[in-house]
Amino acid sequence: MANQRREAAIVGIHEWPKRVDKDVSSLQIKAASIHRALDDAGLQWSDVDALYDANDGEGGGGLGLSAYLNIRPTVIDTTQVGGSSYEFQAAHAMRDIAAGKANVAVLSYGSKAATQRIPIGTGGRGGGGSWQTNMEVPYGSTLISNYAMVAHRHMHEYGTTSEQLAEISVATRHHAMRNPEAVQAMKDLQFQGVQEISVADVLDSRMIADPLHLLECCMVSDGGGALVITSADVARGTKKPPVWLIGSGEATKYRTNDGDITVSAGAQSAPIAFGQAEVTPAEIDIAMIYDSFTITVAVCLEDLGFCKKGEVGDYVSGGRLRFDAEGGPALNTDGGGLSSNHPGMRGLFLLLESVRQLRGESTSQVPDAKLAVAHGNGGLLGGSHTGGTVILAAE
Amino acid sequence: MPNRPMPEFPELDTQPFWDAAKRRELAYQTCSDCNEVVFYPRAHCTKCGSLDTTWHTSSGAGTVYTYSVVRQNRSPHFADLGAYAVAYVDLDEGFRMLTNVVGVDNPTTDVQVGMRVQVEFEDQEGGEYPIPVFRPA
Repeated sequence: MANQRREAAIVGIHEWPKRVDKDVSSLQIKAASIHRALDDAGLQWSDVDALYDANDGEGGGGLGLSAYLNIRPTVIDTTQVGGSSYEFQAAHAMRDIAAGKANVAVLSYGSKAATQRIPIGTGGRGGGGSWQTNMEVPYGSTLISNYAMVAHRHMHEYGTTSEQLAEISVATRHHAMRNPEAVQAMKDLQFQGVQEISVADVLDSRMIADPLHLLECCMVSDGGGALVITSADVARGTKKPPVWLIGSGEATKYRTNDGDITVSAGAQSAPIAFGQAEVTPAEIDIAMIYDSFTITVAVCLEDLGFCKKGEVGDYVSGGRLRFDAEGGPALNTDGGGLSSNHPGMRGLFLLLESVRQLRGESTSQVPDAKLAVAHGNGGLLGGSHTGGTVILAAE
Repeated sequence: MPNRPMPEFPELDTQPFWDAAKRRELAYQTCSDCNEVVFYPRAHCTKCGSLDTTWHTSSGAGTVYTYSVVRQNRSPHFADLGAYAVAYVDLDEGFRMLTNVVGVDNPTTDVQVGMRVQVEFEDQEGGEYPIPVFRPA
């Protein structure tokens, strides 16, 4: 780790506790979360000099949010790459701080996807009019069916089974049942049975888009949160131990005429991040991987290097991904998008739970956790998507 | 008769593809400089960047690369289809397109990765463009 640099750290976090919340707007979630994340760090509103916003629905990007908050940042970033926006923004904050352009950076997210009843997975996916949509809208490929096509090809090439993919849902639910906010979320969203689930439960749930069952699909919730990233100098004076950002990688992937749909953008972004951090997947304690669907986690576990391409079915079997199991990283210890929250763009929560684990504050705490990876996937896994990988280290 | 959403114009890259669909031809491009197959349609070669491309008509024969069966779609355009198969089909000329596999009794059991399929142009209740879909060859 001769060249590993510790120039930027997450020093404050807040996750919106309610997953169904009629009494707050998306922008209010952002502002209140920023206030609480700054308080978590022991920093002030006026300390913020860099603002990152994904321009999701409400907010208006870096400009609109700075006006709403009434702050005047000198680094303004409106990176919007779907669910991976926050991994990209954290990478940019890390870069901007290392370059001396900022000292206190804020990322935030707020969404009312549940109360507004937005059909993220089963909606019509908008109209045509672009070079891509004009080739796709006539065919009714829902978001879920796009991911499902990745699963079918993975099954065809590698013999992966629904039983194996279901292990991901089972491990994630195990973690959710230990997280009171996730338990309340499942109650508020009227899950059938707020309890541990088995592989059989997953396979018995109804098919949404073959081969993906209901319990392999993330929920649609309200929610949001914020985090504060600072320079090393500022991090030395904050209330809680800093969690260092030590590597990042970004990539895109999209349909091509001879592409391998079972390989995600993570295959390109992860080696860059691990290389910069000078650590290997085998050293990772916590894997926070965007669980829009089971297949997303399966493909990304391979692409991040936890196992070889095609071997994830065996890899996830036997409960390896549980926080209290040996032999693998703990997966999505907050309960994930499958069982804790998914307001549309889950990337922020991957970073928040990574921080909780590396501080020792998780409800499914891995003893002495030292290293985490947060990997966001934005867009369509079987079409155009992004991969954003961030490696985090405890103090 | 199906009533699928239509492509929308003006859109300069895909207009020639859909003009060909009106003639019940499945069109694709190659690069005039490096012979790369270019698809979805664009005005440049996706391999070498050349601005000189040539249009061709595909035989319409291909192989299912992967598929899913949609059981739930909130869009009213697809309400009458029941469960239907979306797929990526690899055409023999070397391009991959998103499409539907039709003409099977039960898409859950009758569509398979690797099966051979042939294009057909499906007339629509509304809109001026017949939509290229595939059925087992």
